[in-house]
Amino acid sequence: MATEFVARGADLELVGIRKEFPGFTAIDHLDLHIPAGEFFALLGPSGCGKTTTLRLVAGLEQPTTGQILIGGKDVTETKPYQRPVNTVFQSYALFPHMSVLENVAFGLRQRKIDDVLVKAQASLDLVELGHLAQRRPAQLSGGQQQRVALARALVNRPSLLLLDEPLGALDLKLRRQMQIELKAIQMEVGLTFLHVTHDQEEAMDMADTVAVMNKGHIEQMGSPEKLYDRPKTVFVSKFLGQSNLFVGQVESQNEVAVSIQVAGTKISVPKARAEKHSGTIAIGVRPEKAFFHEEQPKLGSDHNVIGPGEIIDIRFTGVSNQYLIEIPKVGNVTVFAQNIGKSPVIELGAKVWVSWKVEHSFGLSDLPENVGEQEPVA
Amino acid sequence: MAIAAFGHATGSGHKQKAPGNKSTKVALLLLAPGLIYLAIFFVAPLFSLVITSLQTVDYSTGFPVYSYGLEFANYVNVVNQYGEQIGRSFIYAFFATIAALLISYPLAYFIGVKARRYPLLQALMLTLVIAPFFISFLLRTFAWKQIFSNESWIVTTLQSVGILQSDQYLVGTPFLVIFGLTYNFIPFMTLPLYTSLERLDIRYLEAGADLYANPRKVFRKVTIPLSMPGIVSGTLLTFIPIAGDYVNASGLFLGSTETAMLGNVVESKFLKSYELPTASALSVILMGAIMLLVTFYVRRSGTDDLL
Repeated sequence: MATEFVARGADLELVGIRKEFPGFTAIDHLDLHIPAGEFFALLGPSGCGKTTTLRLVAGLEQPTTGQILIGGKDVTETKPYQRPVNTVFQSYALFPHMSVLENVAFGLRQRKIDDVLVKAQASLDLVELGHLAQRRPAQLSGGQQQRVALARALVNRPSLLLLDEPLGALDLKLRRQMQIELKAIQMEVGLTFLHVTHDQEEAMDMADTVAVMNKGHIEQMGSPEKLYDRPKTVFVSKFLGQSNLFVGQVESQNEVAVSIQVAGTKISVPKARAEKHSGTIAIGVRPEKAFFHEEQPKLGSDHNVIGPGEIIDIRFTGVSNQYLIEIPKVGNVTVFAQNIGKSPVIELGAKVWVSWKVEHSFGLSDLPENVGEQEPVA
Repeated sequence: MAIAAFGHATGSGHKQKAPGNKSTKVALLLLAPGLIYLAIFFVAPLFSLVITSLQTVDYSTGFPVYSYGLEFANYVNVVNQYGEQIGRSFIYAFFATIAALLISYPLAYFIGVKARRYPLLQALMLTLVIAPFFISFLLRTFAWKQIFSNESWIVTTLQSVGILQSDQYLVGTPFLVIFGLTYNFIPFMTLPLYTSLERLDIRYLEAGADLYANPRKVFRKVTIPLSMPGIVSGTLLTFIPIAGDYVNASGLFLGSTETAMLGNVVESKFLKSYELPTASALSVILMGAIMLLVTFYVRRSGTDDLL
């Protein structure tokens, strides 16, 4: 029984976790270390094993192999109620037969802690729902229920707080507001947060570290800035934002750059930003770092230039215009141009060249599945 | 409904009252069969029962002659004379209901929660719960009488190991009557419990475990309260018919004169000695007592917001 009233977060370590369900492997050899007090996001599409990972940490599932350590203590064999972990469930799972206050007090009562109702009330006040303490969960809105679920978990001061897409059911405006509140609470209480989400914006916005999960393993892990700036795999480059990818044979490499040949054009990537230096590789660039030109630009070797192509689609999204440019034998390239009052007036069908700085290229370790026609992820 | 909707569409332009009247008429028309049924088969017999229970009796001719009156003393006499059977009915009903609940809850939990991932097993087990209904209730009860008869191996074994004295038997004892009542009404307990547990969201149990409650606490604080509607309807569906049952406790089946319940008295008064006022008064008392108990019980269990 976890009777100590932990005031600070603990670190979480997953060692060689594998989880098999009848018929499929949900998680395949997962190693993960989350330092104490960090806001960590597990990001991935549905079915990638992120919720299973969370349930393993909570103790609601048992790993087939591997160890789970919380604060250095092996908890693999312990039951959920013995772990110093609390979860904010995706469905909130607030007990419908209890008042909001009793819901929040539930965990404290089980651990025989003093001043249960005072602490529960304080926790409700923290999420600004103190005035609704006597209501039933069914009488609250989705956003309020979400905050009650958060208060019910936080009141226990767990070493580790698990969040299972808790904002998924909220509308955009409320979600933004809750994201800010969540982050503020995490800073205030200093707990370790493990947040599972499929919303890349949410993950990048809130987390100190993001791990992108795909098909049961972690593809890449790092700060949001780093992940966005230098994705290492096709999956990460497309799941976290959008990417234009170019595939070709490495034709030359020197101390600083690796270059490939794509439809007769040379595309380079700084050597330090490339995962592979030989064979067929994929080089990518973010749409907002690319520019288009109506004349063939005269640029030095510090730029990649490709074209000419034809603008086949223009989308106005408010802050920027998104141009889709079809380049023969290369594929479609997306370019974002910010609407800052001086973007070129250009129309569908216009003939353009695309350029970007070599230092903005990134070289991936794998290749897209359908080489040759890289559809940007919408 | 279609007629009502049509009425609204045409009447809206002219008079405001017309559509309302029309839909009220339609509603009454649709309700009529049910209301007529209730009037003929419930209200009228109930009225007749109450009237009969207040009849006066005249023995001056040597034979009892009944005439309509307001003989409230009938009730007092009945309670004085048959208080024992009335009390026994409720005591047996109480124990049989508790026994049925204790047996049915794990069964319903297994079918509704544990077997959820195996629909075939679930269907099979539900069929098995209902299967006894395919054979007459009287036959099944009689079969139990055979199984527990004085010469049966069960009784002889119990006697030889000393649980029963050599002159003690099972048939005719309160134990066997309660056993029979429990057995016969278990499906009425299991099915409502099953429907309630079948809807039980496992995520609440997981949330309980996540909030430091061990399995026993989760069961007490989450599972039981959430299945309360099933517990309430199950206990009502067993307690009420058991309290009025006259088969299990009768001497022809599992009981004896020592185990006679209210139903047995009503049966003999109505069908054997034709003391209709006595039988009617007993019936009214049974009905009133059950209504009181049920009202109190539903209030106490506080399931209003779950139902």
